[in-house]
Amino acid sequence: MKVKALLVLLVLSAMLAVGVASARTITLLNVSYDPTRELYQDLNRAFVAQWKAQHGDNVVIRMSHGGSGTQARSVADGLPASVVTLALAYDIDAIADRGLLAKNWQQRLPDNASPYTSTIVFLVRKGNPKQIRDWPDLIRPGVQVITPNPKTSGGARWNFLAAWGYALQQPGGSEARARTFVHALFQHVPVLDTGARGATNTFAQRGIGDVLLAWESEALLAQSKLGKDRFDIVVPSVSILAEPPVAVVDANVAKAGNRAVAEAYLEFLYTPRAQDIAARHFYRPRLAQVTQKHAGQFPVVETFTIAQLFGDWRKAQAKFFADGGVFDQIGPGSQPAR
Amino acid sequence: MALAKHHRVLPGFGLSLGYTLAFLGLIVLLPLAALAWKASGIGVAGLLDLLAAPRTQAALKLSFGGALAASLINAVFGLLVAWVLVRYRFPGRRLLDALVDLPFALPTAVAGIALTALYAPNGWLGGAFDALGVRIAYTQLGVGVAMVFVGFPFVVRTLQPVLESLDREMEEAAESLGARRSQIFARVILPVLLPALLTGFALALARAVGEYGSVIFIAGNMPMRTEITPLLIVQKLEQFDYPRAAALGVVMLGFSFVMLVALSLLQRWSRRWAEPSS
Amino acid sequence: MNVMLRSRASRWPQRLLRATLTLVAVAFMLAFLLLPLAVVFAEALAEGVQALLSSLARYEALSSIRLTLIVAAIVVPLNIVFGVAASWAMTRFEFRGKALLGALIDLPFSVSPVIAGLIYVLLFGAQGWFGPWLAAHDIRIIFAVPGLVLASVFVTLPFVARELIPLMQAQGSEDEEAARVLGANGLQMFFRVTLPNIRWALLYGVLLCNARAMGEFGAVSVVSGHIRGLTTTMPLEVEMRYNEFDYTGAFAVASLLALLALLTLAIKTLLEWRYGDDLAAHAPGGR
Repeated sequence: MKVKALLVLLVLSAMLAVGVASARTITLLNVSYDPTRELYQDLNRAFVAQWKAQHGDNVVIRMSHGGSGTQARSVADGLPASVVTLALAYDIDAIADRGLLAKNWQQRLPDNASPYTSTIVFLVRKGNPKQIRDWPDLIRPGVQVITPNPKTSGGARWNFLAAWGYALQQPGGSEARARTFVHALFQHVPVLDTGARGATNTFAQRGIGDVLLAWESEALLAQSKLGKDRFDIVVPSVSILAEPPVAVVDANVAKAGNRAVAEAYLEFLYTPRAQDIAARHFYRPRLAQVTQKHAGQFPVVETFTIAQLFGDWRKAQAKFFADGGVFDQIGPGSQPAR
Repeated sequence: MALAKHHRVLPGFGLSLGYTLAFLGLIVLLPLAALAWKASGIGVAGLLDLLAAPRTQAALKLSFGGALAASLINAVFGLLVAWVLVRYRFPGRRLLDALVDLPFALPTAVAGIALTALYAPNGWLGGAFDALGVRIAYTQLGVGVAMVFVGFPFVVRTLQPVLESLDREMEEAAESLGARRSQIFARVILPVLLPALLTGFALALARAVGEYGSVIFIAGNMPMRTEITPLLIVQKLEQFDYPRAAALGVVMLGFSFVMLVALSLLQRWSRRWAEPSS
Repeated sequence: MNVMLRSRASRWPQRLLRATLTLVAVAFMLAFLLLPLAVVFAEALAEGVQALLSSLARYEALSSIRLTLIVAAIVVPLNIVFGVAASWAMTRFEFRGKALLGALIDLPFSVSPVIAGLIYVLLFGAQGWFGPWLAAHDIRIIFAVPGLVLASVFVTLPFVARELIPLMQAQGSEDEEAARVLGANGLQMFFRVTLPNIRWALLYGVLLCNARAMGEFGAVSVVSGHIRGLTTTMPLEVEMRYNEFDYTGAFAVASLLALLALLTLAIKTLLEWRYGDDLAAHAPGGR
């Protein structure tokens, strides 16, 4: 009896030892932007568990969060990101321009390499005291609008293009009309924070402004974290389809030898499981079945894409946000629109 | 004469100076050379274009103008605080004295968040000012408040030792000759304090010009109005425009360096002035 | 010393002047220095002591505290050696370009923190001077601990030297010369004469250097890479928490840093109080 038990124990521990020896630890670094902190906490947990179950290896996913542009620059300067999950395609283009990943990165994954989307909505104070319903209400006298600086914030660029796209698509809309509208809009902006989260803090904590232009995910998160009784969300008649893209950084995964895991990690984002997590963190899922499940959370909104109105992000960036571009011409502190 | 002897008697000249230069070279000069090299990429014409841009000019004006105003406030109140701390005895003096160093020790980001919380319209002080129709947070005043905060210790700490060593006999003599207090202050005390005051002023100014962490939270960051130069540098970086970011850095640095050389000369001058006999 | 106690000083207009000046000074310092500090603690305690402690016990907070301590433990000794060497050279010898050297030592005080971080990116970043070589040899400087150390050394470089230079200038070199004449070698002279003479100023410089090294935000932010639990120091953790709408957590970490600042100041005040005469005897110009 005793001998048998000992034998069993020996075999068991030997198996355990083999198991331990064969389980590798693979580390990924996901360099992301500010509003995805809570999202990736949950996504990472799910992916790590799944990979462990399927392959037996331990995956450690480290996160880095910051302004999307700053993060892109850090990766270009050598931050060893295995994957980047940023606010807009231009920031990943900028990394690709420095040779760290293939220029066609956006074609390597479905849906423009954006596994989840969002749109731009208005966060207003409870009861909507200024009666803000749609874009034109933002430029009524006495309304103060909070948005971060498009020069330093990815979210702010989506805000800017959403406003521009709205004006462009109105009956009789034109470039000149859009210019006038967005110029007027920025006359109502009292504070330009450097990042989306900073703007939310200014609006929510410091009590500045009547309406915050924000990602839908941020607005819903702010509502749930800072109090449903404090803010309402207003969905405008038309808005932009914000597509935050993801990509594997080829040069870094080649060096670290973790390409397989990195690719699986991004593909995982398109699975029903991950899509459900994204929806629970207020990002609009791509999978129809998951969207249906969370339909109550996401009001129907007519959206346009970057591709439809602006070509692509490189063109939009060069036209609107580069030095001397449209934002510099009509943004705060500029001369009146000509 | 006596100096020549030092060379022979005291050891370690080569070692200490060599180490100092090597360390400075590696930590300060080499990286700054990289900055200058990067900045040179835009050429003289590029630099002039950059400096001529209204945004740049507004930011430089705010950074230098705000720092100047803040340092003037610091010079006045720093002198006052130093005077009170050295000359008067009152309960809580030591505590107050210790508080002076707080801006050195408190992280700038924390200072920025705290100042904003304090001076925002819904903050403890901001509400009171708002009632008076004065906005502090998210205006140029807010920038000034943060700059006063970071520069304050420099003035007090440079003045204190000088005030402590001030020869009171001169004051007494002046007083016995019938001079009024204001005359004594203006003619006897201030001239002796002036070098140290200028030193503290210059250090506070140099520090305020470059400050980022605490200003960025309270400024509001509106182009042409409340956008400081370091933020402009960050914006250039966001666009991968390293040369222009570096060029702005060099411009700020050049100013600071001129100030500090002047300061260093001032210190030597004030030392000779204070010890005319040696 | 006791001039101010004389009868003349206690005439009432002067008393009034004194009281007014004191009040103004106290009011100024309360508004500009004490209130921001009070905000930090008030916000940290907004949800009670329990919430404060539990948010400090989180893994990210602990790792940021550890990293901050490691960085400070490397930065401070480096700057002590530099500060002593620089002060020795600056105050014991005459040489050309001394004013220039003095300005160079002060320079980091006035370099914008953003630039202080940027310069190391320009040197060691992937697109920088040494970037390709470092990458080829798999050496990480920025976005790792060495980068954090470099940026912190840069911003705190002047603190020790600035405390020592005026003091050593005021003390003069007679003591050291006497030691030499009596036959002490260089090391003996330094440890038996110089160090005891400068120890309090040195300690004060170290305290300030340490406080600033732990609290630096701007420069460190540029070279950190913000990898949670790996390259985030306490000030960066404060910003991250603030950006996560975790205000209590942000101010909890901030209050820890503020406590540290207060502790620094308390130690300094205690030293002055305990060894007041000793310090006064060596204060600049106070011989």
